[in-house]
Amino acid sequence: MKFNAMTAMAAVLFSVPGLVSADPDDDTLVVNGEIEMTTKAEPPAHLDGVLPTIMSGWHFRADETQALQMDDFDNSGMIFVDEGRAQWNKVEGSEGKSCATCHEDPSSMKGVRATYPKWDETAGEVQTVAMQVNDCRENNMGADPYGYTSGQMANMEALIAVQSRGMPVDVAIDGPARDMWEAGKELYYTRTGQLELSCANCHEDNYGNMIRADHLSQGQINGFPTYRLKNAKLNTVHARFKGCVRDTRAETFKPGSDDFVALELYVASRGNGLSVEGPSVRN
Amino acid sequence: MASGVRPRVKAPRSAEAGEVVTIKTLISHKMESGQRKDSDGNVIPRSIIHRFTCDFNGTNVIDVKMEPAISTNPYFEFEAKIPEAGDMVFTWHDDDGSVYTETKSVAMA
Repeated sequence: MKFNAMTAMAAVLFSVPGLVSADPDDDTLVVNGEIEMTTKAEPPAHLDGVLPTIMSGWHFRADETQALQMDDFDNSGMIFVDEGRAQWNKVEGSEGKSCATCHEDPSSMKGVRATYPKWDETAGEVQTVAMQVNDCRENNMGADPYGYTSGQMANMEALIAVQSRGMPVDVAIDGPARDMWEAGKELYYTRTGQLELSCANCHEDNYGNMIRADHLSQGQINGFPTYRLKNAKLNTVHARFKGCVRDTRAETFKPGSDDFVALELYVASRGNGLSVEGPSVRN
Repeated sequence: MASGVRPRVKAPRSAEAGEVVTIKTLISHKMESGQRKDSDGNVIPRSIIHRFTCDFNGTNVIDVKMEPAISTNPYFEFEAKIPEAGDMVFTWHDDDGSVYTETKSVAMA
């Protein structure tokens, strides 16, 4: 619970707590009445107590928005999962293969979303799910890569994420991935843009407060790709990062760049322990 | 036929006679309003689903006329009284003349 002097004063002034408070709620997220999600958890050790509890962005949304994620029929993100499934089975490229040729059913991707980004020994770098998808398309299928934050990539990421729904995020930050993780942490705490805001200024220092008309969450990415009501489509992590950095009035990093991959690894690790929710629904 | 169109319906498989059930429908469709322009300034022609109906054993349950301001992937949720076992037929009419239908059978509990 985030509680500061301002909200305390406001609560006293209006004596209607809950009306002005922007605190996250205590609802429970169960999808389709069967998949129980961990949306609040003990923070991972590497956070050194900067957050008392890690919380999914779901808690920061209105009840109506929350309800959309509790039933797959109401969750518009599932439309894109279906599109992703069609892409999965579609033969493309010079090798005459589809994803299904090697990986068979998408359920073979169970657990993938929970552990990425991840160090890839062969490639000698930290890879995101999107990088893996494009690596497969280019080298195994002989097909053109998807745009990093394109609709097709978001569909594919959603199809892969949904296989791991309910599993705890568990990205490894030790071993060879450590350098990348440190770089991501550095970026997280670096102020950018004319507004001189770092990720931490909003999502660590001020979550639970309002930023103009919007409710600041902890900026967890366990729910990505995310269906946003504001643009009625799936949004990828890097597209969201880009939007956030742009809002600090900075020149943004490029989606798929090393900077954003490092940031994704770091931000994902801040949510170690929360359930994979993708595709989630947010405002 | 517009691309990526797929109707979806969630209705109970069985109901008591006279029970009021909730039906949810969604069709994935881009619902191009006809008000937008492409990067060259040309108007993108209107392409929407302009009518949605639901019939139960030949009796009309709901008949909706839709306008360009309706958002992408139109979703309808409504209630219907189920007097007997039968088939629910859902129909969506596209501007391009395509008609998409989906049928759900409801048995008596």
